[in-house]
Amino acid sequence: MSWNRKHLLDVESLSPEEIVTVLDTARAFKAVGERAIKKVPALRGKTVVNLFVEPSTRTRTSFELSEQRLSADIINFTAEASSLKKGETLKDTARNLEALNIDFIVIRHSASGAPNFLARVLNASVINAGDGAHEHPTQALLDTFTIREKKGRIEGLNVTILGDILYSRVARSDIWALTKLGAKVTLCGPSTLVPRVFEQMGCRVTHDVDEAIREADIINLLRIQHERQRKSMFPSLNEYSSVFGLTKARLEKTKPDALIMHPGPINRGVEIDSQIADCSRSVILEQVTNGLAVRMAVLFLVNGGKGPQEVSG
Amino acid sequence: MAEPIVILNGAAMQRALARIAHEIAERNEAGNEVVLVGIQRGGVPLTHRLGSLLTGIWGQPVPSGSLDVSMHRDDLDRRAAPNVQPTVIPFDVTGKTVVLIDDVLFSGRTVRAAMDALNDFGRPRCIQLAVLIDRGHRELPIKADFVGKNVPTAPSESVQVKLSETSGADEVVLEQK
Repeated sequence: MSWNRKHLLDVESLSPEEIVTVLDTARAFKAVGERAIKKVPALRGKTVVNLFVEPSTRTRTSFELSEQRLSADIINFTAEASSLKKGETLKDTARNLEALNIDFIVIRHSASGAPNFLARVLNASVINAGDGAHEHPTQALLDTFTIREKKGRIEGLNVTILGDILYSRVARSDIWALTKLGAKVTLCGPSTLVPRVFEQMGCRVTHDVDEAIREADIINLLRIQHERQRKSMFPSLNEYSSVFGLTKARLEKTKPDALIMHPGPINRGVEIDSQIADCSRSVILEQVTNGLAVRMAVLFLVNGGKGPQEVSG
Repeated sequence: MAEPIVILNGAAMQRALARIAHEIAERNEAGNEVVLVGIQRGGVPLTHRLGSLLTGIWGQPVPSGSLDVSMHRDDLDRRAAPNVQPTVIPFDVTGKTVVLIDDVLFSGRTVRAAMDALNDFGRPRCIQLAVLIDRGHRELPIKADFVGKNVPTAPSESVQVKLSETSGADEVVLEQK
């Protein structure tokens, strides 16, 4: 058991023990979500700002519900309806929010490093809900939680991440979390989206999808992010789908107990066949459920990581 | 640094638990309405022991569960994040007599948090409290119904309950911090 952090900015700097602490704590919070009364008073009287400068629906609602279940007070702040539109800088926006004596900022931003910047200038705890193509730590922690819950372990598993790796903060955070806990990670996709440079993070890189998924215990699909691709990285969505999409025929050649994961939102018919997304090997909706537990655990741990250790019976 | 003082040895602990079990049975004649809930972590192995003693007295199994109170504590932002243990209450507590079990009763804040946590699971008919050691220094108006041993202590001392399940042998010692 180890946790003494005020912020959660990335997975890269976490130790394996800290990752396991989040996963173990999340297990207790998952049980809270299964009770008749799903709310605990752990963050009563604390104020959380959800500062989503980049649009997000599922991460924001997941954080919001997690905060509500911890009894925190919540302010939601989106780019469309804020003074950022009027030209206010991120620093001024954040300092104005802090002048309201808030305790936590959950930030989603299109610029990599925005959460680190806030952590330097503010006294509040900062939680990264996705920054540019850098990291999305809570997604990686919930993916890791889901794999550990289903397979009983992480160490020694073959995890294949398939799709748009280059632009994916989820892939980066997943790679850090999984390799730190001893999984063997294979990346696969078009060579334009899966450059060999990722081998430096300790992964195997291949461009042959059938080979990449043959021995996989986990197939983690990533969405093709149209919005981040400045120029065409592959000829067409149809071609991507036929060369790299997960189809029924491809799935038949994998291990029978290989699990299918996807952080959402899924593009049915592009990276995954519609019927596979709904099949029994897909844990996509369980990832959503586990996301709540993991985010509750992160908020809970970060709240406790603030002060000097002081224990009384 | 003074030597630790042994407050209870293995045999004395066994006698204390047997007496607590008989007192619980005496207070609650209808054994079928009683459930045991141990507070994580120290109360959980004691709950298993009291459960088997009571099963012997009543001749029927006694439902027992475990409760982690860290999400209900009032000092969460004054200490490092606690190690959250599983809460397992595989029965409905509504209408039941719940005997909360912990190893050491000190400030009473853990018991206060436990009563709050228990309310999220239902509305017990009544809650009773059993502790192996009552070391005094209460900060809340809370009193145990069943006590293994009352031990006057100084706030600077610490009471360590060691159980064979976790530490290899049964023993309670008083240490200088």
